[in-house]
Amino acid sequence: MIPKINPFCYNREKKSENLRKGALLMITIQKYIRAQSLEEAYTLNQSRRNRIVGGMLWLKMGRGSINTAIDLCDLNLAGVEETEDAFRIGAMTTLRELEKHPALNAYTCGAVRDAVKDIVGVQFRSMATVGGSLWSRFGFSDVLTVFMAMDAYVELYKGGVVPLEQFAQMKADRDILVRLIVKKTPGRFVYTAMRNQRTDFPVIACALSEMGGEYRAVIGARPARAMIVRDAQGLLAGGVNAGKAAAFARYVSDSAPTGSNTRAGAAYRSHLIRVLVERSMHELGGVL
Amino acid sequence: MEIRIRLNGRVVVDSIDPDCLLIDFVRKHGCLSVKRGCETANCGLCTVLMDGAPILSCSMLAARADGHRIDTLEGLQEEAAGFVAFIADQGADQCGFCNPGFVMNTIALLRENPDPTDDEIRAYLAGNLCRCSGYEGQLRGIRNYLNSRNGQGGSHGA
Repeated sequence: MIPKINPFCYNREKKSENLRKGALLMITIQKYIRAQSLEEAYTLNQSRRNRIVGGMLWLKMGRGSINTAIDLCDLNLAGVEETEDAFRIGAMTTLRELEKHPALNAYTCGAVRDAVKDIVGVQFRSMATVGGSLWSRFGFSDVLTVFMAMDAYVELYKGGVVPLEQFAQMKADRDILVRLIVKKTPGRFVYTAMRNQRTDFPVIACALSEMGGEYRAVIGARPARAMIVRDAQGLLAGGVNAGKAAAFARYVSDSAPTGSNTRAGAAYRSHLIRVLVERSMHELGGVL
Repeated sequence: MEIRIRLNGRVVVDSIDPDCLLIDFVRKHGCLSVKRGCETANCGLCTVLMDGAPILSCSMLAARADGHRIDTLEGLQEEAAGFVAFIADQGADQCGFCNPGFVMNTIALLRENPDPTDDEIRAYLAGNLCRCSGYEGQLRGIRNYLNSRNGQGGSHGA
């Protein structure tokens, strides 16, 4: 019999004891169910003691007791479906699949690949799911940051199709994220991030896009949740040159509130925003 | 609950707790090459292949692996034999604890990309941590193996 951890006695001594016994899990799960329909998963998920299981990577790090772990792996939600006007990305699609998808990366100018390539390692990205990454709306999320720069939507089982920007502001409820929809609105995209070291969380994440003449800078890992800064003052109107790119970068830096944590201070983050946005403007192209 | 996993080519049926992790399952069934490391899905020591893709067994529920194929180093000795001597020749490992994870992920790399560049090797193995060495030994070992295989010199002294 493989030993289990008592989640209610989680302290250093207990952890050591459990490690000696060979147990890694910090949560306990009483029951595991592979849902056979979204309705079944939704119904099960209405209990606060039940949880949808995504890639399990973050969930496993939590503490407490889960009554029923609801797995969506039998619902054909893994994979990227390309239609004439959109990419429909199932919630169980892994980050590794995003990284390797030729058409998605061609459309996004490699921005999606750039956004996920430094997330821990290949093994991690072969498990982490799009649904899990977006649903939790983590402040440090490269995935949320890069897709907010696009014409992107999430499809919720009960909530319907919601713009990703709006979804990012919503509080988590008991609905289910079914898929991410990225419309093929013509555009250019660039993703950059600053990390203290490769595979760590980003200190700041920056996605820049131009779609139909509209520029968006998405700043994540502020360390708060990603936010979009648009060119509300028309700084880039009438053609972009180096001076306008620098002015827009300063504007974004001033508009995106930053905070401090163990990885970086607020002032450093604000400085990085200006640098990354200006560099990204040049990388995006079209700067005279 | 009962699960059925094809572990290193052999069908294993066992009764598990719902929160049993795959690492505990495979170690219970004799695959001790799968090491416990960071517990936080960062170090790559517990790498196994699930349906051919490298994953972290410390973060995978055994229940989710039900019906899938799991390969550990115990079942891939022949495939690993081609390059591990080149890594050993470099003295790349000191304590050796990270080695099975490195080898498993290198197998996955070479299956996916049989002729990787040095940067592609570094990128693919970025999720495998070694606290003894500086990774250059592993890189040189894999590079020597690839050069040897491609007829560009390089051989191991075993």
